[in-house]
Amino acid sequence: MSYFLRKLGFYVVALWAALTLNFAIPRLLPGNPVDILLAKLQQRGGSVSPETRKAYTLLLGGDDTGSLWSQYLNYLKNLAHGDLGVSVSYYPAKVSDVILGSLPWTLVLVGVATVLAALLGVLLGAIVGWRPGTWLDSLVPATTLLAAIPYFWLALILTYLLARVLGWLPLQGGYDVALTPGWNTEFILSAVRYAILPALTIVLASIGGWLLGMRNMMVSTLSEDYVLTAEAKGLSPSKIRRSYAARNAALPSVAGFAISLGFVVSGSVITEQVFSYPGIGGRLLGAVTNNDYALMQGVFLFITLAVLGANLIVDLLYGLIDPRTRARH
Amino acid sequence: MTNLTPASAPTVADAADTLIQPTGSTGRPARSGWRMLLPSMTPWLAIGLTLVVGITLFGILAVYVVGDPKQIRDQGLTPPSAQFLLGTTQTGQDVLAQLAYATRGSLQIGVLVGILATVLSAFFGIYGAYRGGILDEAFSLLSNVFLVIPGLPLVIVISGFVPRESRGVWTIVVVLALTSWAASARVLRAQTLSVRNRDYVAASKVAGEKPWRVIAVEILPNLLPVLASQFVFAIIAAVLGEAGLAFIGLGASNSATLGTMLFYAQNGYALSLGAWWWFVPPGLIIALFGMGLSLVNFSIDETINPKLKNLRLYRRRARQAARMERQLARRGAGATGTPATRSTVSEVPPR
Repeated sequence: MSYFLRKLGFYVVALWAALTLNFAIPRLLPGNPVDILLAKLQQRGGSVSPETRKAYTLLLGGDDTGSLWSQYLNYLKNLAHGDLGVSVSYYPAKVSDVILGSLPWTLVLVGVATVLAALLGVLLGAIVGWRPGTWLDSLVPATTLLAAIPYFWLALILTYLLARVLGWLPLQGGYDVALTPGWNTEFILSAVRYAILPALTIVLASIGGWLLGMRNMMVSTLSEDYVLTAEAKGLSPSKIRRSYAARNAALPSVAGFAISLGFVVSGSVITEQVFSYPGIGGRLLGAVTNNDYALMQGVFLFITLAVLGANLIVDLLYGLIDPRTRARH
Repeated sequence: MTNLTPASAPTVADAADTLIQPTGSTGRPARSGWRMLLPSMTPWLAIGLTLVVGITLFGILAVYVVGDPKQIRDQGLTPPSAQFLLGTTQTGQDVLAQLAYATRGSLQIGVLVGILATVLSAFFGIYGAYRGGILDEAFSLLSNVFLVIPGLPLVIVISGFVPRESRGVWTIVVVLALTSWAASARVLRAQTLSVRNRDYVAASKVAGEKPWRVIAVEILPNLLPVLASQFVFAIIAAVLGEAGLAFIGLGASNSATLGTMLFYAQNGYALSLGAWWWFVPPGLIIALFGMGLSLVNFSIDETINPKLKNLRLYRRRARQAARMERQLARRGAGATGTPATRSTVSEVPPR
């Protein structure tokens, strides 16, 4: 039980750290959101009076009159109510509504692509690692090329080939703009069609890491005594591979799944930008270009929460699957 | 049980390594001493080194050969030709010249971040684990927290808050290093914990050596291969991270990197205009450089990971068996006998 309590305790600390980081970043860094917005307004020929300034400050929720401590408490109180402020670029929409609107897109795209990449990578890794030293194994270093390709560049290349040269798939966007979003077959089919290219990018770019990790674990597992025992018992090679080697070798991949999720989310932020995908990553970048600080912080917080939550779930599951992790603590 | 195993002591695997060597036929002496820490030359390592050295030389030297990367001409978007080897951009700038300067910029940032991140991870990983107690707990908690907070979104938010004018190369370097040390620190902590209690470390502590000396002389040499591998990965991560950041317009304002090149290509509609020569080379350089470093790392890994080292031995045995097999077959010693030889070699997994 203490294993689970320890894990829970850690995630509470991590959550607090993320919230505090989110609070501290705008206050520690040189740029002042209000100043930047006012400068933009002035460029467009607007007049800047003290009232405008005050209005902007209030709008951004950055009421910097109180002490830092009271600001911090205020910030936490607002968060507890789910109040992330008002988005400037989608004015007057609330930040939480903007995020909720774009969340399903990312969730489905990244979720499906990550699971697919992990399954394929682990499967291929098990096959390659089972017979180290064969010609299949010598292909492994080639996967490092896949892992070293920047997500967004792979996205550019695939778009160029599949969308522009061959014209098989749509260039960018999340669905055919002629359709209105809704739960009908036509719209869903269109959304699937538009998701193929971004998903393909994520799968291709992340499969190499899975393959390599699984293959190395497989090689290590093959030298374990229980595999030798299984061989001595005269079990069929396919049985040994499935039930003895691959099963145990896959455990670290399960643990790695949570951590890799963070990387995949990071990578997909930029991939979404390339495809102008209506997901949460596109919103984050849109917020940055439009100086929409409330939205920016809200999205960051949301991504962090999602990654922390996924990590927590995988950690707890892992404790259930592999008793050794619990015993060690 | 004593743990007196200096890094240079031959392991069982190496003993087998020398035994299996057909003495006399190759005449190569057994690998010994510090040379054991060096990866042996394999085709993959050769490819990796060639890529890394080639791209590095291109970044360092090509800037003196190519022309001005910013010069605007009236020959916009020309495909590769004898005059412009990689064609021109929309405003007629030489892509090859830009590529040279961008490669240099990216490598500089990569190496700076690599050094900074390695120093950070060494400090939090090694020093914390060496001191133990509450400091170790605190450092380990800190690195775990940094590990679960997604790096790139954090980098994006930080860069978003820094005004463009004050966003220099060092801002980017510090931000990238701050968000990338955690995973390495965790590995280093585990390694240090295992080294810390060895007899010779205890002995030098009892002898009254200062902590920094114990760490630098007794502990650090054991961790060097790991540090080297982490440094290599930190460079890859930094080059990729910077490229991503620059691609979305959040790079350093005063730098030319492969990422900014891709940013301009994307904003100049290189994709829809079909100007592949504009956006393919920068990404290809990143990918090949990363692949080269990964291959080098691969070889370091096979040297420091005993299980993978056995694998190398196993491969060599398999090759030798195959060679003997061929020789036997050539001598006409009955082709029916060969499958048995092969199966004994490939059925037995390495141990």
